[in-house]
Amino acid sequence: MSRVGVLRFPGTNCDRDIWKSLELKGKNPQWIWFEETFSPQEFEAFVVPGGFSYGDYLRSGALAALSPAMESLKEADKLGKPIFGICNGFQILCEAGLLPGALMRNEGGRFIDQWVDLKLENLCPAWSPLEKGQVHSMPMAHADGRFFISEAGLEELKKNNQIWLTYENNPNGSVANIAGVMNKKGNVVGMMPHPDRALFDWMGSRDGLRFFDYKAVQA
Amino acid sequence: MKFAIKVLPKPEVLDTQGRTVAETFTRHGFDVKSCQVGRYIVLDVEGQNPEEARANATAMIKKGLYNPLIENFEMEEIK
Repeated sequence: MSRVGVLRFPGTNCDRDIWKSLELKGKNPQWIWFEETFSPQEFEAFVVPGGFSYGDYLRSGALAALSPAMESLKEADKLGKPIFGICNGFQILCEAGLLPGALMRNEGGRFIDQWVDLKLENLCPAWSPLEKGQVHSMPMAHADGRFFISEAGLEELKKNNQIWLTYENNPNGSVANIAGVMNKKGNVVGMMPHPDRALFDWMGSRDGLRFFDYKAVQA
Repeated sequence: MKFAIKVLPKPEVLDTQGRTVAETFTRHGFDVKSCQVGRYIVLDVEGQNPEEARANATAMIKKGLYNPLIENFEMEEIK
């Protein structure tokens, strides 16, 4: 079945990119509308796409994190389902408490749209069969992407191998160069850059395609 | 009952908005040591009694009006 739920909020704008990415990997994407709850058992995995949900009102991702679909996503997490948040999706997962940390305004105060090289620090058990130390090239495009976590929180991340990806040249001032993290269980991951914008050679790189695979769990 | 809630970035967190405001006014000749920019939220909340209204407002703050990792808040009752 390979049904993968793709969450859509008012202001999500990378939903079709995610749909295409999943199709290229032979998955069966399905839309999930933010106003509706759903039963997590009907899906193998979930992706929360990028965009500007609720126009970034209050804080990026804060209002989307309070929507009915997110309640169901928390149930999916309890079942250990693979969940992947990209850009605004990462912000939403942090605000919902599914991932540690917060994404704040870039250190330079500007929206940054550029190619970045990302190093895989730790393997995520649920998402993408990538290799440790491997470098992936893809675009980033955000204003609120500076990963922040307290010093104690950072120690915790290091101790539990929860740092997933780091920037080779930290463009936004993220703590410890962090571009992506995972939860303690390793089924929820989030990253600021866009693997969905690096799928074919004509896009500049196809490194992003590697990110759309996961290990399904029985539940 | 109405409550006013001040939300400010924690002092140890880099507040890019506050920094930009401070830098801009410094350029205009003002002696600004530092600046923090936050939010001021006014809530009108129902409750059987003042305690319950206050509890409702506090619950809303904790549910998402502020992010405890990066922000502090203060709440006061207003007319």
